[in-house]
Amino acid sequence: MIIQFICRAILLGVPLLYGSTGEIVTEKAGHLNLGIPGIMYVGAISGVVGSFLYENSCGNDIANMNPILAVLIPLACTLVGSMLMGLIYSFLTVTLHANQNVTGLALTTFGIGLGNFLGASLINITKSELPSIALTKTSSFFAAKLPFADSLGAVGKLLFSHDFLTYLAIIIALIVSFILKKTRVGLNLRSVGENPATADAAGINVTKYKYVATCIGSAIAGLGGLQYVMAYASGVWSNNAFGDRGWMAIALVIFALWNPSIAILGSFLFGALCNANNYIQGLGTETQELFKMLPYVVTIIVLIITSMRKKREHQPPQSLGLSYFREER
Amino acid sequence: MAKESAVKTAHEPLFHVVKRDDMSAGKAWLIRVATIVIAFILVGLLSVLVTGQEFGKTYEIMFSGVFGRLFEGHTTMLWKYLQEIAILLSLALALTPAFKMKFWNCGAEGQALMGGLASIICMIELGNKLPYPVLLVVIFLTSILAGAIWGVIPAVFKALFNTNETLFTLMMNYIATQIIAYYVYIKGGGSNVINPVAEGNLPTIAGNDYLVNVLVVTVITIVMYVYLKHSKQGYEISVVGESQNTARYIGINVKKVIIRTMIISGALCGITGMLLVAGTDHSININSVGGQGFTAILMSWLGQFNPFIMVVMTAIVVFLNLGVAKVADTALLNSSFSEIMVGVVILMLVGCEFFIHYSIKFKHKREVAE
Amino acid sequence: MEKQPAIELKNITKVFGKVVANKDINLTANRGEILSILGENGSGKTTLMNMISGIYFPDEGQIFIDGEEAVITSPKDAFQYKIGMIHQHFKLVDVFTAAENIVLGLDEGKYNLKASTEKITAISSQYGFDLEPEKKIYTMSVSEKQTVEIIKVLYRGADILILDEPTAVLTPQETEKLFNVLRRMRDDGKCIIIITHKLHEVLSLSDRVAVLRKGEYVGTVETAKTNEAELTEMMVGKKISLNIDRSEPVNVEPRLVVEDMECIDRNGVKILDDISFTANAGEILGIAGIAGSGQRELLEAIAGLQQVQFGNITYNDPKTGEKEDLRNKTPLQIRELGVRLSFVPEDRLGMGLVGNMDIVDNMMLRSYRKGKTAFLERKEPKDLAQHIIEDLEVVTPGATTPVRRLSGGNVQKVLVGREIAASPTVLMAAYPVRGLDINSSYLIYNLLNEQKKKGVAVIFVGEDLDVLTELCDRILVIGSGRITGIVDGRTTTKEEIGLLMTKSKQQGDENNG
Repeated sequence: MIIQFICRAILLGVPLLYGSTGEIVTEKAGHLNLGIPGIMYVGAISGVVGSFLYENSCGNDIANMNPILAVLIPLACTLVGSMLMGLIYSFLTVTLHANQNVTGLALTTFGIGLGNFLGASLINITKSELPSIALTKTSSFFAAKLPFADSLGAVGKLLFSHDFLTYLAIIIALIVSFILKKTRVGLNLRSVGENPATADAAGINVTKYKYVATCIGSAIAGLGGLQYVMAYASGVWSNNAFGDRGWMAIALVIFALWNPSIAILGSFLFGALCNANNYIQGLGTETQELFKMLPYVVTIIVLIITSMRKKREHQPPQSLGLSYFREER
Repeated sequence: MAKESAVKTAHEPLFHVVKRDDMSAGKAWLIRVATIVIAFILVGLLSVLVTGQEFGKTYEIMFSGVFGRLFEGHTTMLWKYLQEIAILLSLALALTPAFKMKFWNCGAEGQALMGGLASIICMIELGNKLPYPVLLVVIFLTSILAGAIWGVIPAVFKALFNTNETLFTLMMNYIATQIIAYYVYIKGGGSNVINPVAEGNLPTIAGNDYLVNVLVVTVITIVMYVYLKHSKQGYEISVVGESQNTARYIGINVKKVIIRTMIISGALCGITGMLLVAGTDHSININSVGGQGFTAILMSWLGQFNPFIMVVMTAIVVFLNLGVAKVADTALLNSSFSEIMVGVVILMLVGCEFFIHYSIKFKHKREVAE
Repeated sequence: MEKQPAIELKNITKVFGKVVANKDINLTANRGEILSILGENGSGKTTLMNMISGIYFPDEGQIFIDGEEAVITSPKDAFQYKIGMIHQHFKLVDVFTAAENIVLGLDEGKYNLKASTEKITAISSQYGFDLEPEKKIYTMSVSEKQTVEIIKVLYRGADILILDEPTAVLTPQETEKLFNVLRRMRDDGKCIIIITHKLHEVLSLSDRVAVLRKGEYVGTVETAKTNEAELTEMMVGKKISLNIDRSEPVNVEPRLVVEDMECIDRNGVKILDDISFTANAGEILGIAGIAGSGQRELLEAIAGLQQVQFGNITYNDPKTGEKEDLRNKTPLQIRELGVRLSFVPEDRLGMGLVGNMDIVDNMMLRSYRKGKTAFLERKEPKDLAQHIIEDLEVVTPGATTPVRRLSGGNVQKVLVGREIAASPTVLMAAYPVRGLDINSSYLIYNLLNEQKKKGVAVIFVGEDLDVLTELCDRILVIGSGRITGIVDGRTTTKEEIGLLMTKSKQQGDENNG
């Protein structure tokens, strides 16, 4: 029971982990990307479109499907789709110096519209009676578990029973953490978000860093959308089912104090909070709705505490949300 | 020739970008209007691409999607259009004082939901117990109070600890959503809908369901314009937004202004919630505001925080929303296509500001000064 | 032996909007020498150097390094030419350590902070710097931060060093230490360019001096063959003896009495200690001191913008004859007491005015509360704006132009005009002529003198000792947050004030007693 609860929490938390790792990379470059919900949504639908096309090209027969292609095609589609979104965002905010909040929110409107439109179009094509599209075959490849997971008892289930995108999320978060703390690239990136004028004077190509960080961040976030569809939802796409996970990912960034390693644990905690109601005896469905607000409440508390303590290392990057123009006088 | 090569550098960059400060308001608006025109043409072209409809016909369908058979005397669609503008506009107006103060209130969604929640609670619990006029007053006051409370919580922390308001207000939206979900589940008897409540509905004027909403928002628009431009409080908001140092220097209590302004902003969102619940739906669910709180942020910003320009911007966006949805419908496509188009148009408008605030200088135009 | 030119500028021009910051500048700096770039505030020194270090790109002209034409489009390009600039406003990342800041942007193979730290320690011991490489910048003092900046440049092996007003924030001891380092580097064959407007530094440090005036190049002279008078003349154009009018004070009476005042800043550090003085009606009280010695805090404490820990601020009301206690009152409470206190702050567009508002709305900043209704009354401010534009000859397209579009001198006229229009009894002005041309400066001096004649207690914080000694009746000298002396403006000398400015705390106490 406990094991099942934890596994479920992890499964729920992984899209948030992708989203917040991506957002952390972007925010470290000084860009508050409120387009993340839209980007994750586009990431999800791009993967769905990719796998839909591949399944169809194999005559919808799992026997014809190459496991590697079945995984790689949606993966590539997701990366390309979400990166393009990141590119739009960086072009507007970096090159054209547009307001970041406004651009991000418009991008979210655009992304969710695009996702729903493509989703509905696919549903149309399949002439399905349900308002959803099932890619269970592709999903089965994504959800493949390590063969020995079940034979190792509770520990095995806890450690080895997850889909590969879950492990990838943790690996990416750890790598990003490492890069930010221990490498020259990370140092440069952090300086861009803290004080772009200084970074610029130090010979760092601020524009390049901002573009690359935003695009890579978007790509990582997009994977969260893919993991949601393929692993959590077992390959079933229905419009708007993704919900507010994008916003929760942004909340997680604050909760994790801009540190992807903390975000790993934070995402599992958020997953657990979203899911606690199912595992606590005697909890009614109505109370479940109240439980779902806990991640947000916790985030607000973290936000307040960090702003009260004013510890410099725990503050948002100093020039977050500000556009940088070298010849500003 | 020799002279020229003496002043030219070896690998000069082709152009560089310079900030400009001197574009006249007229020229700036010319750029914005031109962008809107280009955006509309682009929307038409993309629609043609997706639907295979004729170019001209596309706009015809768009128009009919918004105004219906207006010229034959059917005004239903027009009122629906005005209603949608009214709701989006009232949220944008609510956000504007906060934005002018550079307080990025991203919580219109939640503040409106809480206002709506107050309305529905009054309608359900007090509907049969109070005389109709008293009930209306109670609904009005509680909605304002609920919205104001939801708005003032982040403001208090901003004033005391400089807590990031963008993130705080965003989070407050989802707490509000879950409270609504909880309430709806209880009152809806386990389903996620509440049946329309007959008591405590806003009055209909001459049989028109939307007239009250439109009138209320018209009044708010004018009052907000006067408040921002000609009231002492509006002036204080501008000073705090431009420079908190200046505000302190002339003796403005910055904390007080932040809190007061967010009470106003939240209260107006609460009124919008009331218009939606008591005035339109007579019910509530988690999608009652339907993301308009976010679109309103864009409207306020694109309207340059000027209520009258915001009217124009919301009219354009709602037109696109309804019109393009009709185009998509006609072609048996999903109406989300309109959201994509709204996104495209807004992104273009956001981008065009660059050409107003910056100019690109090409290098080869240099003069040889001798 | 003829010295090798390290860097040559030819016909450099840079324009910002309508302002010509640099016009047709020609300049050469050699290896193995220290070149001073001398000029008043706003003469285009910093802009010129920013073009060498890749912050700006010239609109016209060429830069040659070691005789080869160089195109410097970014700071990175500048590094490649071994050019390092130490900016006046430090370019450091606050949450990073010193070492992290020093290696920032470098590409020296494997990222190894430990190895870098060793190299940093080696450099700092070589030149006698005191630096903890692991210390975070936001916990550092100003001179520590400057040390980081200099080591940053040395770490990169720069051989052309540009320092922008490096001594503005240093104590005399720190300055001397810095100069010794610079001399050692010169003897190493490096090219040192130092931007300054302090003549004595130019004379004691540099080999040659290049002078800029209003964005134009005036000429270069050898330090050994020049003197202060000649340099001043080059700097200001023709020799101007200041000749500021100074009338004898009449009806002098104590207006503002400050006793034993003490203030601490946000980090709990004492910024003002044991401050006692009286500002008299009908007098101009000057305040002199090295930048950042507590002048700003002193005025802000009186104006109600700075928390006062200890002591008294008393205002003697000329009408009622009553004493009002101003300590820790808000600016609004001070006005409500009937105290007519006007304040021209140092930060004109960031505090005194709102840049994005037009002149009329800026006039309202002081008076918008007038009237009983909730609405603004724009007629009076409009008249006032018109009045100031005409009387003070403000150059502006109209009263509805945002003040940020005006030039520095006109911005100041608007601000001073508004503060004087309130017919104050106390007028405080912080650096009111900074960045202004000669004519505007004189206009401001005259305005202050008029106020003095009207019986206003004027407090004038200045940086130019010539102006202070010619304008003020008494001069209060402040050093490290303490009063180091109050002298008579008519009998004192620049040397006396200069000495008081650099006194340590104990000496200050003796003098004060």
